[in-house]
Amino acid sequence: MLINHPLLGPRDAQEFTYLGDAALIQRPDWQADDAADQFHEYLYLRDNPAGLHRELWFHEAGDRSWLVVTRNTVTHEITDVQLARDVARNEGRST
Amino acid sequence: MHNLKPITPLGAETARVDQFSALTIAEVPDRALASLTAREGCKEFREKASAFLGFELPSVGQSAAGSAYAAFWIGPESWMVDAPYGGNEDLARQVKAAVEGSASVVEQTDGWCRFDLSGEATIAVLERLCNADCQQMAVGAVTRTQIHHLGCFMWRQDGVFTVIGPRSSAGSLHHALMQTAQSVCGLD
Amino acid sequence: MTHSNRLGGGLVDQSTRLSFSFDGAEYQGHQGDTLASALLANGVRLMGRSFKYHRPRGVMTAGSEEPNALVELRSGARQEPNTRATVAELYDGLDARSQNRFPSLKYDFMGINDRFSNFLTAGFYYKTFMWPKAFWEKLYEPVIRKAAGLGSVSFQDDPDCYDKGFRHCDLLVIGSGPAGLMAALTAGRAGARVILAEEDFVTGGRLNAETHQIGDMAGSDWAASVVAELVALPNVRILTRTTVIGAFDHGIYGAVERVSDHLAVPESGKPRQVLWRIYSKRAVLAAGATERPIAFENNDRPGVMLAGAVRAYANRWAVTPHKQVAIFTNNDDGHRTAADLMAKGVTVTGVIDIRPDAPSLSGAEVFAGAQVVDSTGRLGLRSVKLRLASGELRDLNCGALAVSGGWNPNVHLTCHQRGKPVWNDAIAAFIPGGELPFGMRVAGAANGDLSTMGALKTGAQAAKDALDDLGIRAQLPDLPKAEDAKISLTPFWYVKASKGRAWIDQQNDVTVKDIKLAHQENFRSVEHLKRYTTLGMATDQGKTSNMGGLAVMAELTGKSIPETGTTIFRPPYTPVTMGALAGRSVGKDFHPTRETPSHKWATEQGAVFVEVGNWMRAQWFPKPGETHWRQSVEREVRQTRNSVGVCDVTTLGKIDVQGADAATFLNKIYANGFAKLAIGKVRYGVMLREDGIAYDDGTAARLAEDHFVVTTTTANAVLVYRNMEFARQCLWPDLDVQLISTTEAWAQYAVAGPNARNLLQKIVDPEFDISNDAFPFMACGEVTVCGGLRARLFRISFSGELAYEIAVPTRYGDAMIRALMEAGEEFDVTPYGTEALGVMRIEKGHAAGNELNGTTTALNLGLGRMVSKKKDCIGNVLSEREGLNEDNALRLVGLRPVDARDAIPAGAHLMNADGDVSAKTDQGYVTSAAYSPILESSIGLAFLKGGADRMGEILRVVNPLEGQDIRAEVVSAHFVDPDGERLRA
Repeated sequence: MLINHPLLGPRDAQEFTYLGDAALIQRPDWQADDAADQFHEYLYLRDNPAGLHRELWFHEAGDRSWLVVTRNTVTHEITDVQLARDVARNEGRST
Repeated sequence: MHNLKPITPLGAETARVDQFSALTIAEVPDRALASLTAREGCKEFREKASAFLGFELPSVGQSAAGSAYAAFWIGPESWMVDAPYGGNEDLARQVKAAVEGSASVVEQTDGWCRFDLSGEATIAVLERLCNADCQQMAVGAVTRTQIHHLGCFMWRQDGVFTVIGPRSSAGSLHHALMQTAQSVCGLD
Repeated sequence: MTHSNRLGGGLVDQSTRLSFSFDGAEYQGHQGDTLASALLANGVRLMGRSFKYHRPRGVMTAGSEEPNALVELRSGARQEPNTRATVAELYDGLDARSQNRFPSLKYDFMGINDRFSNFLTAGFYYKTFMWPKAFWEKLYEPVIRKAAGLGSVSFQDDPDCYDKGFRHCDLLVIGSGPAGLMAALTAGRAGARVILAEEDFVTGGRLNAETHQIGDMAGSDWAASVVAELVALPNVRILTRTTVIGAFDHGIYGAVERVSDHLAVPESGKPRQVLWRIYSKRAVLAAGATERPIAFENNDRPGVMLAGAVRAYANRWAVTPHKQVAIFTNNDDGHRTAADLMAKGVTVTGVIDIRPDAPSLSGAEVFAGAQVVDSTGRLGLRSVKLRLASGELRDLNCGALAVSGGWNPNVHLTCHQRGKPVWNDAIAAFIPGGELPFGMRVAGAANGDLSTMGALKTGAQAAKDALDDLGIRAQLPDLPKAEDAKISLTPFWYVKASKGRAWIDQQNDVTVKDIKLAHQENFRSVEHLKRYTTLGMATDQGKTSNMGGLAVMAELTGKSIPETGTTIFRPPYTPVTMGALAGRSVGKDFHPTRETPSHKWATEQGAVFVEVGNWMRAQWFPKPGETHWRQSVEREVRQTRNSVGVCDVTTLGKIDVQGADAATFLNKIYANGFAKLAIGKVRYGVMLREDGIAYDDGTAARLAEDHFVVTTTTANAVLVYRNMEFARQCLWPDLDVQLISTTEAWAQYAVAGPNARNLLQKIVDPEFDISNDAFPFMACGEVTVCGGLRARLFRISFSGELAYEIAVPTRYGDAMIRALMEAGEEFDVTPYGTEALGVMRIEKGHAAGNELNGTTTALNLGLGRMVSKKKDCIGNVLSEREGLNEDNALRLVGLRPVDARDAIPAGAHLMNADGDVSAKTDQGYVTSAAYSPILESSIGLAFLKGGADRMGEILRVVNPLEGQDIRAEVVSAHFVDPDGERLRA
């Protein structure tokens, strides 16, 4: 597979390490009343879509960027790639 | 002055050179490296860095060079500064002083080993070692990818292709370069 | 030289002479021959025995689709089984042997299997060898494997090497027949980066096998002229002897280049093969088509071949399989073979055309509406039996029968992703359809355009369209005049009403009857049919047989062929040797090694090394007279604890953490607090996974307000760095923190023991005060050593002794260890390896990988109080889960055998002294064990239920697998210096 790195262009997937669902960016608030439940869901419950899936890839052998890759799990078509840091900021992870 | 004798990444007192029919592999132990990474939101960083280096920091996948230093891009808002080792033994300290808290600077000199490849077979050898499109890389282009499972910087300079890999695996990296050089050039 | 079956002309160089042997007999051939063409030229038709019935078989095709002519090539360590004689390029001295026969090809004992063919039908093995079950592995399988099967391997190491490589292009053209050449020419002239991959050793594809003119040139000459133009273009690379084996995601193709297979031995230093990964922006598949046979009774005799192959042998290799050839066809293409053979002076004894309206042919009798119903000839074809249109039977003499059932486009690569081929009535074959692999277009015969003109035209157009996508302007080249015959074919798959066996899959010995039997037993899906009968499962993957099988199945089920569907095509397109897939990753080159800065010195000392991840670490340093490793290890421990020892600890991961928020960041990464760590101090820390399990530990040293150096365990250096980047980029993206690994930049040595300070005072320059007051336990700082070399000093201890770690730039690591040893001479310093390190950390009760085993929490490790509840850090919320915090949770304890002669067995389980030994009554397990030379006893670390409250209890330590069962006392894990006085000294 080729991942179209937002900075570096198409790179072979063998340079990357896969983590999983990009929902892992949404780490719950540790002080929430139901923090334990939220963390349980965050850590253990995943959708397993046949189709588009947003997922985290780490460019370990490259520039060390974490990327959010939108990939079709059926066709492997990759429709969108963003720096995870930008995604995290857009999703309100800024402190 | 201390009396400790350095050794090269390949474990010798002098740098190793290997000659093939159309390729030379030269170990380069006499360069200093320091990483330079911008602190969050430090607007004065680039200005300070370029004042010190003598050139603008290069863009993604590129390098730039002045009379004293060179630098290449290694990641978002992150570069490697390169200079001759002689006179820059503590390069990180010099760079750190120049950017004054606008960037994080880390000594990287001895984290790496470096081999310069030159000769007609250079591209043919590299295409059997890594997935980078070395043929299309213009002078000054830099990319990081894997050779023999090792994360390496591939830096096209004028007349040579520089491969910078992890120092502890210098022997393995050199072995991989040698095997492939034999594959392409044959043995005499 | 007499070649009984050599004709005139052809593309072989008849002035050359290459000697070769087959089954010990010496023959001669020419440059340009394949093993198959050279054997045919020498009148050899019998080339192998079949897989199951040991039937005599000859070559059927002239290409990589060959099912029958498989040989063992070369001898000794280079022996290569199952080589297709049709693609084995002849070289001087080539040595080949037939396979699956004993004692010889002509007299094969196992030919007896053929007599029992009524038993050996589809599913035979499944039905027969089911019972008793235990017999399968020990008796049935070995016997069957010996009787059936293909070539043998040498069981020696392959002396040759294989490379892998990577190539990039705008357009990959697969196949160099008329379509591929036009595609490459179109793209090459437009300046695009082109790779043209050709499986054969000559370019031109089918043009070399036909007599068609292109423009006013012979087809092969036209091909050569185009190749000459392409070779001159710097943007075009032509790879011959290169098979594209698979179409993978996003325009990536795999290709095997056979660099040295045409040589007896590779040139010095050069690989036998290269496996290329080709990154293409676009691709044109011009892989041509494969002819299919027509099945009839005894259609497998040596001499029964495909018509296009017979034509190729005549035109390209100037060879005929026999002086007398008959043709069996359902289409006009078969007539071409007859015409070409006659033009070369071969006698065509008849053209049997199943079509009642078959065209006539001058020079040979055409039997319109006739069929071949049987054949004779034990080791080679002698005659065929015809059933004429009138129903009359007639024998026809021929030593070869050229069979043409039409052509199947080579759609394989179009199906490697999600493509499903579609049926085309005009050629009665599947053509590419559905979703093709990204960026692929198909041209020429591979797309069902079987004429030369069709190939030229579609090849050029496919390339132009592909380049249009990329924004590269290309001109269509002028099309030369070329053959443009219409397809005239009547679908016909097998001759019905045959009583004997009509072979569909010759490599796996599957007959029409087998398919009927499978159908009768209700295997209706083609995928089931395939697996039950093994149709198409041989090394040729059914290239010449799958369609026949589908056709028979379709007829039986009353469905059309497209309704029946094809099985799935998977890579590789043709067999790939394991060596090519392994590449250089063999033996010691399987992974890179990492050497520590003291490696050279340690080697000089005769150190014994151990692989830790990729690192080579000194395990112990034997001294003269020491005959057992434990002597060395125990001496190293004693010397260190009594005076001073030095250990290379460079392998621990080092991550430089800087930024205004560096302390805040570490507070989130570690379970314990780091925000208040003073500058110039080090703190031990534990990292949790988000599920609350401890996964790494180490220290963080604060060098400045905004600067820390984090150490990780050797094993987790990469993982910790990755996780820290994840936290930095994805969880807390706005923190001002920068990370970079510095593991290799610094050579780091632990100096441990009561004399550690005395030794270091000789190394560290005098302006730095490292007295206990000025540089206490857990201090760190930058110093200089040996007269001015910059260094970092940390006062930390893994051994439990007064200890430091000193780091210098790696290039000075070798000099540093020598300096330390020299300075330590007066203290009787010893280097120590990982074994002594392990003993001392067990004596001290420090957790390591055995304890941080992916199932244990900080609580289990006795570090529960370290987990801060007052801050947000990875893992703290879920570490509070009830199940992880039961009163009876496992706790780290020490164990000492009651009987001092006993050894604590690592991995053993703990049971109550007076209880059962069972999983139910399990009390915990031993994680680490060693002999402590200090306590003069075996000791162990263990996780014990409620262990903190069970000090002094006697337990059984059992390992039922090894029959071990001893008694041990539960003690503190801190065997040595429990109060930590030594390390603060």
